[in-house]
Amino acid sequence: MNFKNFREYLAWLYYQYLLITGIYVLEPWEKSIFNSVLFSVLTMGVYTSYVFVPIHVRLALEFFSGIFGDQPKSTMALMN
Amino acid sequence: MWVSVAQTNGAGAGVPRWQHRREPSEQPPMYVAVFTYVGFGIVILFGYFRDFLRAVGLEKCHLAQEREEQKDFIPLYQDFENFYTRNLYMRVRDNWNRPICSLPGPEFDLMERVSDDYNWTFRLTGKTVHNVINMGSYNYLGFAENNADSLKTVAENMRQYGVGVCSTRQEIGTLSIHEELEQHVADFLGVESSLTFGMGFATNSMNIPALVSKGCLILSDELNHTSLILGARLSGATIQVFKHNNMQSLEKLLREAVCSGQPRTHRPWKKILIMVEGIYSMEGSVVRLPEIVALKKKYKAYLYLDEAHSIGAVGSSGRGVAELLGVNPADVDVMMGTFTKSFGAAGGYVAGKKELVDYLRSRSHSAVYATAMAPPVAEQIIRAMKCITGKDGSTEGIRRIRQLAENTRYFRARLKELGFIIYGGDDSPVIPILLYMPGKVVAFSREMLKRKVGVVVVGFPATPITEARARFCMSAAHTRAMLDQVLHHLNEVGDTLCLKFSRQKRSPRPDRSAETDFKVDS
Repeated sequence: MNFKNFREYLAWLYYQYLLITGIYVLEPWEKSIFNSVLFSVLTMGVYTSYVFVPIHVRLALEFFSGIFGDQPKSTMALMN
Repeated sequence: MWVSVAQTNGAGAGVPRWQHRREPSEQPPMYVAVFTYVGFGIVILFGYFRDFLRAVGLEKCHLAQEREEQKDFIPLYQDFENFYTRNLYMRVRDNWNRPICSLPGPEFDLMERVSDDYNWTFRLTGKTVHNVINMGSYNYLGFAENNADSLKTVAENMRQYGVGVCSTRQEIGTLSIHEELEQHVADFLGVESSLTFGMGFATNSMNIPALVSKGCLILSDELNHTSLILGARLSGATIQVFKHNNMQSLEKLLREAVCSGQPRTHRPWKKILIMVEGIYSMEGSVVRLPEIVALKKKYKAYLYLDEAHSIGAVGSSGRGVAELLGVNPADVDVMMGTFTKSFGAAGGYVAGKKELVDYLRSRSHSAVYATAMAPPVAEQIIRAMKCITGKDGSTEGIRRIRQLAENTRYFRARLKELGFIIYGGDDSPVIPILLYMPGKVVAFSREMLKRKVGVVVVGFPATPITEARARFCMSAAHTRAMLDQVLHHLNEVGDTLCLKFSRQKRSPRPDRSAETDFKVDS
């Protein structure tokens, strides 16, 4: 398949999305409803991960390094 | 599910020697099954949403509805069961019931129709789409033709007998042409005698109740046609289903039936009838007749073989699966077939021993109550049979059979090379290409029509929900050029819609082992 330009390629990708999800058979207003719902869900997912994922990852790293990091310190403290 | 790749070594003097290579039919990648279910799920959700809008009154209901005065009665038009029809089939039904305005030969003309309200109603624009390549008609030997020379005897016959028979076979409707036809059919199949009927579906559904009744056991293949299932249910016999073409499953059921007998009383079954088809129309798979005949002899059961798609289309002289697989026709107790597919006519036949056929003449509902076959149709079958067997003095019949076999082999090999998943044995002229997803099924049909190729696509109720397919029927009337054109368009559409799911590598060079002529058992 030869695409003359990028827009044609994007149009083909949209067509594949319509076929795979089965939206192809629906009427245009139903397609719009589904697309807007999917788009809002995905946007909310991206926003939530942008806001929360770095904080959670940092906290998790601190928690795990706390477990492994403190152990030798306390045993040495016991021995001394 | 297994497909058989059979190679004959040498022309048959007696039983041809087979070398069966059975490959399981290919499964698509996992994401295909996932997205098929996702697609159906989303459309079902929207179906519920639209039903809600219709119930609330925000949307006009186009379906049949009761009158105002009868709204409180029990519904006449079943409401919920038609959910699938209302919400999925109606959206895409422009792919089916397309009106044709010419002979359904290798090419036909289509009437263009459009819909203004998303397929609830259609209107014809008045234009015709010419020369659409026909890949859906059961025109296996190309007898759907209107060449005046070949149809001379049919026209002659119509002048002599007229068109209507106005009576049933039992009363005064048995004409000399019916006797001649039955003699030809019996000779063609190599059996003692045969009986013909006006409708193929009615042949199955009305004759099985005459052969079995309550207290008998029917072992029927999973994928049998609706006419066989209807006949089996009408008869009142107990029905058990074995897995498609699976001999272990059939043997297990036979053993249990012979050992334990009827369900509560444990009396022996009065009769055990195995019902199979020659070629299954949705799969294209060929039945394993030699194994079934061996099983039937061992467990003393009877065999009913429905050769609707295989008579005339397979076998080196067109005599069906018995010839293809080297089985003696006398071993099959009831041979049934239809004239609709390879003979270009209408109707069905039942053939076998003389006692069986004489019994059916007086006991079968179709023979007693149904109107006899129309004389021009009977004459068309006779002329087609004379052509196939060569009795009309030309080699046209043999040429057509060879052309069909060659077309089948070529098309199947090229499809596998292109990368599509197809089902069925290498000899069967019915070729289903698996499409799986509901959106792609519909898009495929529309895209092929834009490129002037008419295909038949089949979806959920007729096939399992994840295995929607497009079914191609080969014809002896297709030329190599037509097939190449279709393959070229298939390639394009396959790339545009991403339909090439096959993950097995196929080389374009011919398979060498198919061309050796060493004998397996010397």
